[in-house]
Amino acid sequence: MSTEVTKAPEQTPAETQAEPARALRVWRPLADIVETKEGVTLMLELPGVAAEDVDVALEKRVLTIRAKSSVASPDKLRLVHAEYEAGDYERAFTLSDDFDAEKIEAELKNGVLTLHLPRAEASQPKTIKVKAA
Amino acid sequence: MLYRTALYPADPFALMRRLSEDLDSLAFGATRSFPALNVWQNDEAAAITAELPGVEPGDIDIQVKDNVLTLSGERKAPDLPEGATWHRRERAFGRFTRAIRLPFRVDPERVEARFADGVLRIAVGRPDEDKPRRITIKAA
Repeated sequence: MSTEVTKAPEQTPAETQAEPARALRVWRPLADIVETKEGVTLMLELPGVAAEDVDVALEKRVLTIRAKSSVASPDKLRLVHAEYEAGDYERAFTLSDDFDAEKIEAELKNGVLTLHLPRAEASQPKTIKVKAA
Repeated sequence: MLYRTALYPADPFALMRRLSEDLDSLAFGATRSFPALNVWQNDEAAAITAELPGVEPGDIDIQVKDNVLTLSGERKAPDLPEGATWHRRERAFGRFTRAIRLPFRVDPERVEARFADGVLRIAVGRPDEDKPRRITIKAA
C-alpha cells in the first residue's frame, strides 16, 4: 500500500520552502497506518484542531492533510515552562491507485483524525463461455 | 526541546539544569515524557496545558495536593478489526503520569480543567490567605 514520501520519527517542523502566511509553526503530525480487510486506516495526531479547520485533499494519488490549530494562550499569565509549541499541521502521503477516492471517510475525535480509505472493489473475474461451432 | 520562552526568575540555574537533563535523555535514548506540558503563571494563578490527543476525557485523572499537581491517565490503543496489520506506528499508547510542582500552594476549590480537541487546560488559583500582601510603610 502507501509508500510514504517522507519519514518523520518525531514531530519536526515540516520543511516549507515558501514563507508562511501565518506566524505559527507547521508541524508534521505523528501518524499510525493500519491495513484492514476493507482498506487502510490512517490516524493522525492533531491536538488543538477543530473539525472545521481540517482540510483533507486527494490529488493525483497524493493525500494531503492540512490543519489549523486554534489555541488561545491564557490571559494575564506568562509562559514559564514550555515543552510543546502550538502550530499548524501538514503531512502528505502517496497512495497506490487502487483506493476509492469517493468513499474516503474522515473523523476527528479528541484531537485524533481518523481516515478510512477503502480499496476499490476488485473487478469481478469473468468467465468466457466457449461456444460450440 | 524549547527554551525560547522558558524563564526561571526564581532559579537562575534551572534553565542550565534542564538543558543538561535534556542532553542526558538524548544521549541515553530516553523517550520524551508524555504528555507534553506548558505551564503559565503569575502571582495569583497558574495554568497548565497538555497535549493529549487520543485520550478520552474520562481516562484523565487530575489530583492536587499542596503545591503538586499530578496528571495521570491512560491512552488506549484504537480498536481495530481482526486481521488488521500495522504499516506505520509512530504513536505510543499506555498509562502516563506527570507531576508538576507549582510555586505556590493550590486552593483545591479553585482548580478547573477543560478538555477540548485533545488539549487539556487546567487553571489553578492560589488561596487568598497565601497571596503576597503589599505592606505600606507608615510615616514615623
